[in-house]
Amino acid sequence: MSTVATSQIKLTPEHARPRASVRSRLQDALPKLVLAPSFAITIVFVYGFILWTIYLSFTNSKTFPSYVISGSRAYQRLWGWTFDTDPPSSWYTSITNMGIFGFLYILICLALGLFLAILLDQKIRGEGVLRPIYLYPMALSFIVTGVAWKWFLDPGLGLEQTLHQWGWTSFHFDWIKNKDFVIYTVVIAGVWQASGFIMAMFLAGLRGIDGEIMKAAQIDGATTFQLYRRIVIPLLRPIFLSAFIVLAHLAIKSYDLVVALTSGGPGGSAWLPSNFMYEYTFKRNEMAVGSASAVIMLMTIVAIIVPYLYSELREKPR
Amino acid sequence: MAFLEIDGLRKRFGQIEILKGIDVELEKGGFLVLVGPSGCGKSTLLNTIAGLETITSGEIRIDGRAVNDLHPSKRDIAMVFQSYALYPNMTVAGNISFGMEMRGVPADERQKAIDKVAKVLQIGHLLQRKPSQLSGGQRQRVAMGRALVRDPKLFLFDEPLSNLDAKLRVDMRIEIKRLHATTGTTIVYVTHDQIEAMTLATKIAVMRDGEVQQFGTPAEIYNNPSNLFVADFMGSPAMNLIPATVATSGNALSVVLQREAREPISLPMANAPAGLSAFQGKPIIFGVRPESLTDPEGAERNASNIATADLHIEVVEPAGSDTFAVTNLGGKGVVARLRADANIQPGTSTPLAFNLTKAVFFDPATENRIR
Amino acid sequence: MSTVATPARPTASRQASGGMNVKLVNRIVIYGLLALFALFYLMPLFVMLVTSFKTMDEIQNGNMLSLPKAPTFDPWLKAWGETCVGLTCAGIKGYFWNSIKMVVPAVIISTLLGALNGYVLTKWRFRGATLVFGLMLFACFIPFQSVLLPMATILGSVGRFGVTLQNSIGTSLGLGNSTVNLVFVHVVYGIGFTTLFFRNYYEAFPTELVKAAQVDGASFFQIFRRIMLPNSMPIFVVTVIYQFTNIWNDFLFASAYAGTGDSMPMTVALNNVVNTSTGVVEYNVNMAAAMIAALPTLLVYVLAGRYFVRGLMAGAVKG
Repeated sequence: MSTVATSQIKLTPEHARPRASVRSRLQDALPKLVLAPSFAITIVFVYGFILWTIYLSFTNSKTFPSYVISGSRAYQRLWGWTFDTDPPSSWYTSITNMGIFGFLYILICLALGLFLAILLDQKIRGEGVLRPIYLYPMALSFIVTGVAWKWFLDPGLGLEQTLHQWGWTSFHFDWIKNKDFVIYTVVIAGVWQASGFIMAMFLAGLRGIDGEIMKAAQIDGATTFQLYRRIVIPLLRPIFLSAFIVLAHLAIKSYDLVVALTSGGPGGSAWLPSNFMYEYTFKRNEMAVGSASAVIMLMTIVAIIVPYLYSELREKPR
Repeated sequence: MAFLEIDGLRKRFGQIEILKGIDVELEKGGFLVLVGPSGCGKSTLLNTIAGLETITSGEIRIDGRAVNDLHPSKRDIAMVFQSYALYPNMTVAGNISFGMEMRGVPADERQKAIDKVAKVLQIGHLLQRKPSQLSGGQRQRVAMGRALVRDPKLFLFDEPLSNLDAKLRVDMRIEIKRLHATTGTTIVYVTHDQIEAMTLATKIAVMRDGEVQQFGTPAEIYNNPSNLFVADFMGSPAMNLIPATVATSGNALSVVLQREAREPISLPMANAPAGLSAFQGKPIIFGVRPESLTDPEGAERNASNIATADLHIEVVEPAGSDTFAVTNLGGKGVVARLRADANIQPGTSTPLAFNLTKAVFFDPATENRIR
Repeated sequence: MSTVATPARPTASRQASGGMNVKLVNRIVIYGLLALFALFYLMPLFVMLVTSFKTMDEIQNGNMLSLPKAPTFDPWLKAWGETCVGLTCAGIKGYFWNSIKMVVPAVIISTLLGALNGYVLTKWRFRGATLVFGLMLFACFIPFQSVLLPMATILGSVGRFGVTLQNSIGTSLGLGNSTVNLVFVHVVYGIGFTTLFFRNYYEAFPTELVKAAQVDGASFFQIFRRIMLPNSMPIFVVTVIYQFTNIWNDFLFASAYAGTGDSMPMTVALNNVVNTSTGVVEYNVNMAAAMIAALPTLLVYVLAGRYFVRGLMAGAVKG
C-alpha cells in the first residue's frame, strides 16, 4: 500500500516553489500532459456525446438533428408504446425481448458456465483439449455466430431437415421463423457464444480456492455435493458478480447477433432496444425517439455498472 | 557544519502529517541509521532525502547545498532499495552502468567503472547475467555495485537486508560495515531491525509516528534511552520495564517492586537520578536490561551498586550462549540473562543480582525518562 | 509433517470403501457430459466448415452433418473473389483488406496510448488520478448507441471539410475516409480497455524500479522506454489480442459509419453477402465467407489462446 502513496513523485502542488525553473516545472507537468489527450478524448467523445444524445432526445429531430427543444415528447411516445400491446409496438417488443433475452441469457450462461467449470475441475484428462473447445466461440464475431446458427436452425436446411432425413419426420423446429419464438433462438446462439467464457471465469475462480479449505471441509466429513454447495459456491461469489456484470453489459449491447441471426425476425419480432435505436435513428427518421431509447439503454447500464465500478475503485482503507 | 543537515522537515499528505518536524544531522563519513516500527515515517524520510518524495516545509542540505528542489539524479546520491530494484531486462553490467548511460558517459569509461566496482564486490563473473539468474545475496551485491559506481556524496539504503535469510543477513551486514570503513562514505540507512541499527550506526535516529524520539550514538540510545518507547524498542531481548513505586528509607531512596505472593522487594538507590526524589510514594516504571539482572556470580564485578533478591523462576530458556530466566515482578514477566551453564530450575527461588548502576526510571504518565 | 498426513487418512479410506463401481460410473457420466457439450460447441463450426466445401447440389440433397463427398475449394474462391456484396460482385477480398487496414493502426495506437496512460496512472499518480481512471473505465461499458448519432454527425462534418480541402489543396488529409474514421472511432472507444489492462499490470509493477531509474537520472520517457516497455511483453500480447478481436469483430460502428460502398469492413460485407436476396442463395459460398471472416480471430485464438483468455478476464475483473 505504501508504494502507492510514495509514488506521488514530484507532482504535488507544494513542489512548485519559486526556485523551480520553468523547465523542471514542465517536467513535473509531463505525466499529466501525456494523459491529457486520452482524457480529453474520453470527456468529449464519451461524456460530451452522451450529453448531446440526451439533448437530441428532447428535441423534435426527425431525419436530421434539430436543436429546438420540444420537451419530453420522444419519451412520452416511448412510454405510450410501452403499453401498446395490441398490436405490439416495436418498442414493446424490444423491451419485452430484452427482458426475456437478458434473463435467460444471463441465467443459462451462469448455470452452464458453473456446471462445466465444476465438471472440468474433477481432474479431467484432456482438459487442455476441452477447454479451448468450449471457449472458442468467444473469439468469433456475432455476425459469424449469427450466420452459423441461422444455417443450423433453418427448418429447411439445418437441424430439422437433418433429423427428418434420419427418419424423425415428426420433428418440428421453426423458432427462427416464428415471431413468438425467434427471440429464444437469439438466446441459444448467445449462450453458445458466451457460456464458455463464463466457464473459464468460474474455472479460474475454482483454481484460486485455497486447497487447504477443501481439505479441511473433507476432514469435517463433507460430501462432494456439500463441499460445492456449502464451501465452493459461496466462495465464488465475486466471480458470480463479475460474470453477471459482463453478461448484463453484453446483453444490453447485443445488436449484431439479432441482425445476423434473424435480420430482426419476422416483422421486427426479434428486436432488442439496440436494434430499435438503430432502426428508428437511421432508417425510420425518428432521431429524437432513437436518442431517447439510447438514453434509456444507457441509464440501465449506469444502474448496473456504476455501483460496481464505485465499489471496485473506492480507495481501499489502509 | 555537518555534511547532511535536515532542518524542521515536515511532510503532509492530505490531512495526515507523515513527518512532523525532523531535525537530524550527520558528519562526513558518518553512518546514520533511521530505525523504528513500520509506519513510523523512516522510509518516507529517506525518500525525501533522495528527492523521490516532496516535502511540505523544512530544508535538506547535502554538503552545504540545499537540495529541496533538485531532481534525485542531481543530488549526488545513490540508493539501494529493499527489493534491490534491479532492472529485470538488463544484464548486471547494464544495471550498474544505466545511470552513467543516462548521464552520457562514454562506453569505454563506463566499462572501466563497471570493472572497478565488479572487482571490489567480487561480481566480475556475474556481469553478463540477468537479475533473474542471481541469488538473493548476489542481487544485493549488484544493487550495492550500482550505488558504488556513482561514487556519490551520500549513500541511501532502504532496508537492504530485509529480503535475505538470517545467515546471509549477518554476512552482508558485516560486508556493509567493512565497505563503510574502507571507503569512508557517508551513509543513511533505514531498517526496522534494531540489531542492524546498533551494529552499523555511528548515529541512530529512533523514529515513531513521524517524529524522532531520540537521536544519538548507539551507546547513548542503548544505555540512556530518553523515553519508554526507545527503551522498549532498542535491545533484544527487550528491556524489562517494571511498574514500581519510590519509597524513602532514611535519606536514601529505594524502589519497591511487587512480587507474586511474597513481600515486595526494596532496592536501595545509592546513585538515584535527582528527578526521582519528586516521585516519592508515586508509581514509576523501573527499567533494567536482562543482562543487568543476572546470577550473582555472573554480575559485573566493578559495578558500584548491586542488589540481590530471591526471585521465583517461572520459565527457563536455554539459548546456547546464554540462559534466560523468566520471573514475575510488578505483575509483569521479567527476563534475566544468566551464564549458559547457570544451574537454575523453573519453579524454584533463586537469588538474582540487579545491576542498579544501569537501571533507568520513567514517568508512567509522560513516558519520559526521569533524570 | 506426520500430523498433517494423519487426519487426511479417514477420507482416503472412505473413498476407497465407496467401491470402484460408483467411482467408475461417476467418471463415465462426467466424461459423457463433457463430450456432449464439446459437441454442442463444435457443431456450428463443423457444419459451417463442411458446408463450405460442398457443392450446392450436395447441400440441397445431402445431410448437413455429412462430410463433403467431393470436397471442392470453389466456394472459398468464389467467396474471396467473385461473390456479390450488394451490387458489386468482386468477392470479399477487398473488404478483408479494409478490415486489416482498419485494425492494424487502431490496435497499435490504442495499445500505445493505453500503455502510456497506465504508466502515468500508476507510477506518476496525482490527485484525482482515480477519478480520471474511473471516468475512462466507465467509457468501456456504455452502450455505443448513446454516442452513435453525435459521432455520425461529427464524422459527417469532418467528411464535408475533407471534401473542401480536397477541392482547395488537392488532398483531404484522410478526413472523411471511412477507414480513417473507423480507426479514430475504435481508438476513442478502445483506450478505456487498453488503459485498464496496462493500469492493472503496472499497478503490480515494482515502483522501486521507477525510483531507482529516477536516481539514475532517467527522464519520464526514458523510464517508460527503457524500464517499463521491455518488461511489459505479456500485457502487450494480451492487449493487442483483445483489441484485435474486438475491432475485427465490430459490426455496430462499421455499419453505422462505413455501412455502404467499397470501404465496408469484413463484418458488414459478410452480413451483406448472407442477406443478398437476388438469385439463388449460395449457402456454400456464404459459409466460406463466414469462415474467412472468422479465420483471423480464430487463428489468434489457436496461437495465443492463453493470452486471449487472460485478456477477457482482465476486461471482466477490475483491479
